[in-house]
Amino acid sequence: MRAQFVLSEIGVGLRRNLTMTFAVIVSVALSLALLGGALLAREQVNSMKGYWYDKVQVSIYLCNENDAETGSNCTKGAVSAQQKRQIKADLEKLGIVEKVYHETAEEAYKHYQEQFKDSPLADSLTPDQMQESYRVKLKDPTKFEVISTAFSGREGVYEVQDQRNLLENLFRMLNGMNWAALGLMGLMLVVALLLIVNTVRVAAFSRRRETGIMRLVGASSFYIQMPFIAEAAFAGLLGAVGATVLLVVGRYFLIDAGLSLAEQMPLINFIGWDALFKVLPLVFVVGVLMPALAAFFTLRKYLKV
Amino acid sequence: MIRFDNVSKFYPKQNRPALRDVSLEVERGEFVFLVGSSGSGKSTFLRLILREERASHGQVHVLGKDLARLSNWKVPHMRRQIGTVFQDFRLLPNKTVGENVAFALEVIGRSRGDIRKSVPQVLDLVGLAGKEDRMPGELSGGEQQRVAIARAFVNKPKLLIADEPTGNLDPQTSVGIMKLLDRINRTGATVVMATHDQQIVDQMRKRVIELEKGRLVRDQSRGVYGYQH
Repeated sequence: MRAQFVLSEIGVGLRRNLTMTFAVIVSVALSLALLGGALLAREQVNSMKGYWYDKVQVSIYLCNENDAETGSNCTKGAVSAQQKRQIKADLEKLGIVEKVYHETAEEAYKHYQEQFKDSPLADSLTPDQMQESYRVKLKDPTKFEVISTAFSGREGVYEVQDQRNLLENLFRMLNGMNWAALGLMGLMLVVALLLIVNTVRVAAFSRRRETGIMRLVGASSFYIQMPFIAEAAFAGLLGAVGATVLLVVGRYFLIDAGLSLAEQMPLINFIGWDALFKVLPLVFVVGVLMPALAAFFTLRKYLKV
Repeated sequence: MIRFDNVSKFYPKQNRPALRDVSLEVERGEFVFLVGSSGSGKSTFLRLILREERASHGQVHVLGKDLARLSNWKVPHMRRQIGTVFQDFRLLPNKTVGENVAFALEVIGRSRGDIRKSVPQVLDLVGLAGKEDRMPGELSGGEQQRVAIARAFVNKPKLLIADEPTGNLDPQTSVGIMKLLDRINRTGATVVMATHDQQIVDQMRKRVIELEKGRLVRDQSRGVYGYQH
């Protein structure tokens, strides 16, 4: 009996305040979609980091004959066979090194040609311009500094390059976008909160007759406040459903269809549906709890015992 | 039932207290008229009993409880033992007579069977048998006030507070309402009624408490409305 009574009161309350309820639902949906989106973007960046860091190497480029003027350690021209042996032996002695590959100038030229097959750049270089290099794979990609300090100044070494640096810039940008999304979410959340507070205030005012009588006949404050809180939570629930739809549609059109990034950027492994479903519980919890709490604290002010 | 010990009430930003050093006691089963001009402190007196306000000084005991020490969450339980009736009826216009009375029981969590039994009984008591399905707007003022009294009394409170219940009614209808309140009083409920209605007070010959500028100036058993000035 009580449940039915309460449910019918919620329905009446939401319909009475339809425009405001709609505004609450939309703003909650947007802020939750931003929250979910930011979480998914972070997940994406992390998975990309793991994937790429696994592949990146530290390259130790060795001098060739043409580097005498440009490389400070290449004054004697091309690297000697003895220097190469020494570098390789030193690398293999280091505990942090997992594997060392040697790439000859010819191989480097071949790779370069493959990479820029369809570009005029392919013909701009000759094999003797390419550098020999050692490709070092580290057990922990962050330990680049050790290799850098050990080999940078050495005779015959042109440059020690950490490929991670190239990726770092990309990740930094993605991270910035992530923070921007979170900031926007914060702003939307404030808007949603203010809307909820105002909606609850108007609802409390328009029902002051009922609540006044409830107070007089001795209804508990929980009983008086519950319909308002339940209404806010229900609107939040609808907002969370809206956010879910936005996230699902957003992922589908960004990755699978529409922009179809998965097809255009095959090198990146995009997050799957499972990652999306993992953030949904949080979206729903925030979506229901935030409006309910906002309503609760608003009522403490506008619905005196 | 009600005891005031040296009770004063100050409202913020007002120099004069609304009540000043009032002490009195109302026994179980009494019928008390509370009289005095507007601004004399009648409403404050009633609000203190209902604990809508707290006393600034002194102690208010209602139904054996010190209201200053009653925590907020226990207040609703105390109010369930007090019925309240107002000049403006305070009925819900979109609910029927029966629903208005039932509402008071629903919101304190009574069972449906209990409500089905109590509502017709109390409507019969106030003389509105058979009008359960009418809307308040279709009723006369006197009938609406009877609905309000039914709602106040359906939970069988020990104390009934009436704030000018006949203020909006013509003299003849008022007599009917007073007879009803008298009948409720005879069932054992204590009734405290604030009023401006001289005729009623003079006819009923009950205890009269008079407030003037916040002070208790008269407490007379079997009294009349006031001395002729």
